[in-house]
Amino acid sequence: MSWEVVIGLEIHAQLTTKSKIFSGASTAYGAAPNSQACPIDIGMPGMLPVLNQAVIGKSILLGLALDAEIGKRSVFDRKNYFYPDLPKGYQTTQFEFPIVGQGKLEIELEDGTKKVIGVTRAHLEEDAGKSVHGLEQGQTGVDLNRAGTPLLEIVSDPDMSSAKEAVAYAKKMHELVQYLGICDGNMQEGSFRVDSNVSVRRPGEPLGTRAELKNINSFRFIEKAIEIEIERQIELIESGGTVVQETRLYDAENDTTRSMRTKEDANDYRYFPCPDLLPVIITDEDIEAVRTTMPELPDAKRTRFVAEFGLSDYDATVLTGSRAMAEFFESVVGLTKEKDVKLCANWMTSGFSAALNRDGLSVTESPVSAEMLAGMIERILDNSISGKIAKQVFEAMWQGEGTADQIIESRGLKQITDTGVIEALVDEVLANNLEQVEAYKAGQTKMLGYFVGQIMKASGGQANPGQVNKMLVAKLK
Amino acid sequence: MHNLTIKQMSEKLHAGEFTSVQLTQHYLDRIAKYDAELNAYITVTPELAIQMAEEADKKLADGSAELLTGIPVAHKDIFCTDGVKTSCGSKMLDNFIAPYDAHIVTQLKKVGMPILGKTNMDEFAMGSSSESSYYGATKNPWDHQAVPGGSSGGAAAVIAAGLAPLATGTDTGGSIRQPASFCGITGIKPTYGAVSRFGIIAYASSFDQAGPMTRSAEDSAWLLNAMAGFDERDSTSLEREKPDYTAELERSLDGLKIGVPAEYFGEGLDADVAKVVKTAIAEMEKLGAEVVEVHLPNKDLAVPSYYVLAPAEASSNLSRFDGVRFGYRCEQPKDLTDLYKRSRSEGFGEEVKRRIMVGAYALSAGYYDAYYLKAQKLRRMVRDDFINAFQSCDVIMGPVAPTPAFKIGEKSDDQVSMYLSDLYTIPVNLGGLPALSVPAGFAQNLPVGLHIVGPYFSEAKLLNIGHQFQQVTDWHTKTPAQYQ
Repeated sequence: MSWEVVIGLEIHAQLTTKSKIFSGASTAYGAAPNSQACPIDIGMPGMLPVLNQAVIGKSILLGLALDAEIGKRSVFDRKNYFYPDLPKGYQTTQFEFPIVGQGKLEIELEDGTKKVIGVTRAHLEEDAGKSVHGLEQGQTGVDLNRAGTPLLEIVSDPDMSSAKEAVAYAKKMHELVQYLGICDGNMQEGSFRVDSNVSVRRPGEPLGTRAELKNINSFRFIEKAIEIEIERQIELIESGGTVVQETRLYDAENDTTRSMRTKEDANDYRYFPCPDLLPVIITDEDIEAVRTTMPELPDAKRTRFVAEFGLSDYDATVLTGSRAMAEFFESVVGLTKEKDVKLCANWMTSGFSAALNRDGLSVTESPVSAEMLAGMIERILDNSISGKIAKQVFEAMWQGEGTADQIIESRGLKQITDTGVIEALVDEVLANNLEQVEAYKAGQTKMLGYFVGQIMKASGGQANPGQVNKMLVAKLK
Repeated sequence: MHNLTIKQMSEKLHAGEFTSVQLTQHYLDRIAKYDAELNAYITVTPELAIQMAEEADKKLADGSAELLTGIPVAHKDIFCTDGVKTSCGSKMLDNFIAPYDAHIVTQLKKVGMPILGKTNMDEFAMGSSSESSYYGATKNPWDHQAVPGGSSGGAAAVIAAGLAPLATGTDTGGSIRQPASFCGITGIKPTYGAVSRFGIIAYASSFDQAGPMTRSAEDSAWLLNAMAGFDERDSTSLEREKPDYTAELERSLDGLKIGVPAEYFGEGLDADVAKVVKTAIAEMEKLGAEVVEVHLPNKDLAVPSYYVLAPAEASSNLSRFDGVRFGYRCEQPKDLTDLYKRSRSEGFGEEVKRRIMVGAYALSAGYYDAYYLKAQKLRRMVRDDFINAFQSCDVIMGPVAPTPAFKIGEKSDDQVSMYLSDLYTIPVNLGGLPALSVPAGFAQNLPVGLHIVGPYFSEAKLLNIGHQFQQVTDWHTKTPAQYQ
């Protein structure tokens, strides 16, 4: 008999605010331990939270993008439990009245099929600090820099039925929050964390008991972890066992999941409305004001790139892979006077993307700006340089040698278009290759390529290939 | 010096009849003489006080002084004070020196009011007698066998005994008004949100409110002017223009409609106290006020509601005292659980632990609806009673407490009886309303206060009534014989 898999995801997206959700302390990553924890973050006596208003607009933005209900009156609650990295002994979160209600997100699977995944809710909450083990023998340190960092917890409906669907959803959400500019999406730094709730059942039966897979910081591992968890649960049930509700950790080295804590250890969180914070009231005007700041979303952008620029689906997908990439591309297109979108797209998807990947940089970290790339493409289009020379120029720009014009000038790479100079080169090569000329005239027309190659070589790659070709054909008649 | 009103004191400071240093030293001398017996201060800060008095004298000399400049003040030990121990009456915070000032401490520092010290209180403001302090019970200046009330018992005692001209207190369920009544002083709990809670060690956040504790209504008006006002650091602080609380002091009471709830004079009210209160209301009528009957049918729901909601909030507010970052930590913890258990078991007193347990229970899964949510409903019913009553009257008058000050130890083994001593004050906190306690007479040789409750933001009106009453009575000027 077959098994049905049920997966729901809880995604914690760290909101891109300069300061924390309830205090003025910085949220920058990587500072010295406890250097970014103010008395409010530390939970000092008498300290009170004040909501950072920036998180509200960012939440509404996500809500609109998910076509979700916006909580007109959302309430902060206290989730009470003791842990050393939780300074106040409670986490301030939203329980009964979240800021974003039921919404949805459409995903596309590898075979092109589309599926709509429900989003149950998204609520605001503060992050905890972190425990640092192994500083001194038998001691644990606490770093509260992260305490109070604003998070939006996005909870999906249990609508996914395979690891692939789960990852497609996670990736789509990852892309979306970055497009919206509400989260930097950095999974290594924990800015985008995915917890997966996985269960299996026989078709038609009620939901099985779920296990939660936590703290997995790459899409590849999320997929593997879910797959082996599904296998584990099926094997367990088929061999007569029962799945217990628990949190499991993925062990990438051994490719297994292991139990972290079971429900028996679960806390009674004693949720109640936080008396230090007023409910957040959102009006229709607030929502409309945020709507005007809504950027073009990935799907719409992809469609437009195909329609407006005549790009292939593949190119459009690559170029809209991130908002930064898409914006860079559109800048390059906009900056070139003679429009050759296909050429711009090729440079973005090949030379530019390859260099980024090679050096492990993001689009925003690129040493070559959109202006510089556009400047170089202009020189290709006006025949100043050939495509081949352009590769040299690009690499030099990447290494910081200046703009395309500066490099072409300093390296003397300008294409030769002077008919007299080209003619001399053609004559020289033909004179030195009489045998081949005979062969060509005898019908071996593919010798043409050989001549072009020789001429280009003689010109140091700078002769205009089109002109060379034309002249050759004329001379060989 | 210590029998002057604040206004007189200020005039003499401005006229140069004495300096702030002299005035402050006078109080420090009295504290040195009397407080060993009274135990009203947890911490006395003579060096800080004199240093601040010297600065105040400079302001007085250069003409930048305000009315309260140079007049010393005693802060309840619940207000964080930069560089001074802030214990909240608990062993848990016996080693805690706050690195910041509470909002009201900042406000009064700006004005130039020397800090005499920090006054004794029930541990974490949980109590009605100041007996639950880690630092021992404060005595009532009128009778050393009696309690001063609580939780702001130390503040009330220092005013009654002339060990400070002005004091700050907090009122969560009556903690300003009941000790004011027991010690024969004047105290006002402002509308919730009128005074910032920033830097007040939280007991029950949706009830906690700071206010002045002084000899007269006029003095309270001056101090409230300095304490109140919007503070962006407290999200529940009210963003509205701050009134001048002294502006209405001289207004006549002609035509004032006083609501007197029959329910307040029923079973449980001491007959002598009832007599004092009725006499005081009759005095108001002589001043032109009119008495109308009002009803507060849900008053008996207030104490049960409060003793679910306040402990629920407290159980969460006090979770931060875990031995990890500040405060008391047990010796040689074996592991994390041991650290939590022993730090909290050893650091908190009995009443605090009782309320944490009650509160955690009320919030726990399966009981939340039956206790916490039900109590919230009762809270609204009690508040609505007041709103309805204020449609037919301007203020409500009655007793502050059912009895005069009880004896030390008398109720410490009977919590329910202790809780019921706040049955008149608690409803006001449930509603978030302002209320004043003014001295109105004596019962069994102990002071008795009159409770005046008003609609939201009626502080100036309440102080006006208190002041007018104090123009024709002298209860507020009476001082215990040994402290004159």
